[in-house]
Amino acid sequence: MTNLENFRQETKDWLNENCPPEMRKPGDVSWGGRKARFSHPDQEIWLERMGQKGWTCPTWPKEYGGGGLTKEENKILQEELFAIGARPALASFGIWMLGPALLEFASEEQKLEHIPNIVQGKIWWCQGYSEPGSGSDLASLSTKAVLDGDNYIVNGQKIWTSNANYSDMIFCLVRTGSQEPKHDGISFMLIDMDQPGVDVKPIKLISGKSPFCETFFTDAVVPKSNLIGEENKGWTIAKRLLQHERSMISGMGLSAGGTSKKKISGLAEMAKRYVGVDGQNRLGNPFLRGKVARHDINSRAFSLTLQRMGEEMKSGGPSATASMGKYYGTEQNKLRYEIMLEAMGFNGLGWEGEPFSPEELAVTREWLRSKANSIEGGTSEINLNVISKRVLGLPD
Amino acid sequence: MSLTLNEEQQLLKDTAREFVQKNAPISHFRELRDLNDDKCYSQDLWKKMADLGWAGILIDEEYGGSNFGMVGLGAVLEETGRNLVPSPLISTALLGASLIQLAGNENQKKDLLPKISEGKLTTALALDEGARHDPLNISTFCVKKEKNLVLEGRKTFVVDGQSANLLIVVARNSEPNNKEESDASRSMYLVDPKKPGVKITKISMVDSRSYCEIIFDKVKVNEEDRLGEQNVVGIIDDVLERAQIGISAEMLGSALEAFDQTIQYLKDRKQFGKPIGSFQALQHRAAHMFSELELTKSSVQGALNAIDENSNDKSRYASLAKFKAGETLNLVSNEAVQMHGGVGVTDEFDIGFFLKRARVAEQIFGSSDYHLDRYAVLSEY
Ligand SMILES: Cc1cc2nc3c(=O)[nH]c(=O)nc-3n(C[C@H](O)[C@H](O)[C@H](O)COP(=O)(O)OP(=O)(O)OC[C@H]3O[C@@H](n4cnc5c(N)ncnc54)[C@H](O)[C@@H]3O)c2cc1C
Repeated sequence: MTNLENFRQETKDWLNENCPPEMRKPGDVSWGGRKARFSHPDQEIWLERMGQKGWTCPTWPKEYGGGGLTKEENKILQEELFAIGARPALASFGIWMLGPALLEFASEEQKLEHIPNIVQGKIWWCQGYSEPGSGSDLASLSTKAVLDGDNYIVNGQKIWTSNANYSDMIFCLVRTGSQEPKHDGISFMLIDMDQPGVDVKPIKLISGKSPFCETFFTDAVVPKSNLIGEENKGWTIAKRLLQHERSMISGMGLSAGGTSKKKISGLAEMAKRYVGVDGQNRLGNPFLRGKVARHDINSRAFSLTLQRMGEEMKSGGPSATASMGKYYGTEQNKLRYEIMLEAMGFNGLGWEGEPFSPEELAVTREWLRSKANSIEGGTSEINLNVISKRVLGLPD
Repeated sequence: MSLTLNEEQQLLKDTAREFVQKNAPISHFRELRDLNDDKCYSQDLWKKMADLGWAGILIDEEYGGSNFGMVGLGAVLEETGRNLVPSPLISTALLGASLIQLAGNENQKKDLLPKISEGKLTTALALDEGARHDPLNISTFCVKKEKNLVLEGRKTFVVDGQSANLLIVVARNSEPNNKEESDASRSMYLVDPKKPGVKITKISMVDSRSYCEIIFDKVKVNEEDRLGEQNVVGIIDDVLERAQIGISAEMLGSALEAFDQTIQYLKDRKQFGKPIGSFQALQHRAAHMFSELELTKSSVQGALNAIDENSNDKSRYASLAKFKAGETLNLVSNEAVQMHGGVGVTDEFDIGFFLKRARVAEQIFGSSDYHLDRYAVLSEY
């Protein structure tokens, strides 16, 4: 047996023993944190075991608690997890965004302090980038941090902070230098939210949910040791983290299309249920059929593209082309919900109660939620700007 | 399945790029167009391509081929597509070689494949009969009359039919009005274009490549001229899928080149005191095209691989590739002309060539709509 075959067998055995039955069914995923809540006792066991093994972050170095797996080994792990229908043990901004940035830019002490906690889901992280006056023009941000002895004192406001009301800590962009030139005075720091100087206020979305907040800093105290990289040099880290965020979001668009064992896509199956078929088993409404087919094709082409970009990506992680994935993936996802609504007619437009089924109501809410996909993590327009300038080299 | 080229394939692609840049840049196509001869390609160039192993690129080594597979041929076609190089790569190296290799008997293979590999024999597939690709719907037939098989019918928009030394003709096994015969079966015949009763007429198309109409007026053929069994629908489908993917690779190359030239123009051309590429209205359209090109690249590469790996999903891959290539080349060729302004619509400028080629290439082996429908049918809806 080759090493990889060995690894597959060991992985199978380990999962067999350690993945609790409840976690082999679809369901919600834990976000961990100091005050972690679990919808089922098995969820806690699963997080604990996967975290110890480092398999919540399979390719991160072992010395920081990661799995230390190679790309090939990780592929095997993912296949084996998929094979038993295991849900992820942990979801977090720490895994998708902060961790990769810390691995690249943080000091040894900082890595040892923060990365193992991300791997084991001990801390729930949120992202403090956007401000009321600084959205797309992120670098114009004005939340201020002033050094006072061993601490920074932070004042200002963040907005659209996803899950701030559940979070333990926030990775934050603050201004430590002058406002102009705007990219030069920014620092990247980690702020504990469990202190009197930090307040959060939830904001409600058009979907009725409230997944994000306003975050206020009033003389919040941040130890100097929580500054990542050099003072006033945070913009490089900020941009790098955005690339990770964008490639993560483009990956989420994948579950929307892709290929399964069945030939027919979920979208087409649903459309068939609502509009029926003609004598040749073709989707009854030819206009809708064309839209579904076009969407299926583009989803497939997109998932092949993510695969190809993954193969082409050497060790350096995502690049400016992550903007392409973010742009295309989120536009595809929005379109998918539009097509679903079109298939469902009035049944896709219920707010609550009868005569709508719970699935229908969920689709409607997800349709509303999907509108944020092309805004969060940098809007479609901003990503098109990035492609134009960084990838195509078009002038300012 | 890997979507990136291995070292050997990358080397082939680099060779193809250098070769085309040196021997057949777009000016080569322009010269051929201005000459307006019936072949529409340079025989000298084809000989050189054959010497590089490209004519026999799908042919087994025992018949003199280089057996590089579809991924290899796709890499070459992408490069020829970049410079709009007319050549029998698709009609002969892809269609002829595949049909003979998959359907032919040992004698036919031994006789014909080495000649194709050497660049001495070119072929054309005479299949379609109307203004749209519709491979099942034909009325040309070949039936026994007295001692001979007789071929009767009219084929049109035959690619490279005028220059081919050998025609591969698809025919019914019964007259079209004969209701008794189960009519789904099709045969292929190898026909010498110089045979009595074969009448070939050039069709002049916007892309200045070689197309013709061929009338078969009671053409006598022999049993030995049949390529494969009496029913070769399966093989024809398989080879058409290869052709759909092959031409998609060529179309991808054309789209990439039109795009690159346009991006360069956006950087060079100044209006209002700055490069037009600084205008966001153009930047976003360019960035969108870039995204579509990336998706098209992956679709084509996936499809080329699917053939070489004999994937059980290769039929859907073929439609995926041809649909994306058709849509993207149409998008890019339109935008390329628009973004060049006035010079974009002049004959002196090359960019219009891409527009003209785009539309013809879209129709060959099935338009985007055709493949959208086909993809849906294959996906059970
Ligand atoms: C669901 C959701 C979750 C979020 N979570 C977080 C989070 O956790 N942390 C965080 O920091 N932020 C978060 N955000 C904020 C998000 O990053 C910003 O909303 C986004 O960057 C856009 O900023 P804005 O809302 O101020 O819009 P604006 O920047 O005001 O943009 C308005 C419109 O103008 C366009 N526009 C702006 N500038 C240009 C330009 N140069 N060229 C062309 N068009 C332009 C935009 O594309 C958009 O269409 C979240 C947003 C959403 C919707």
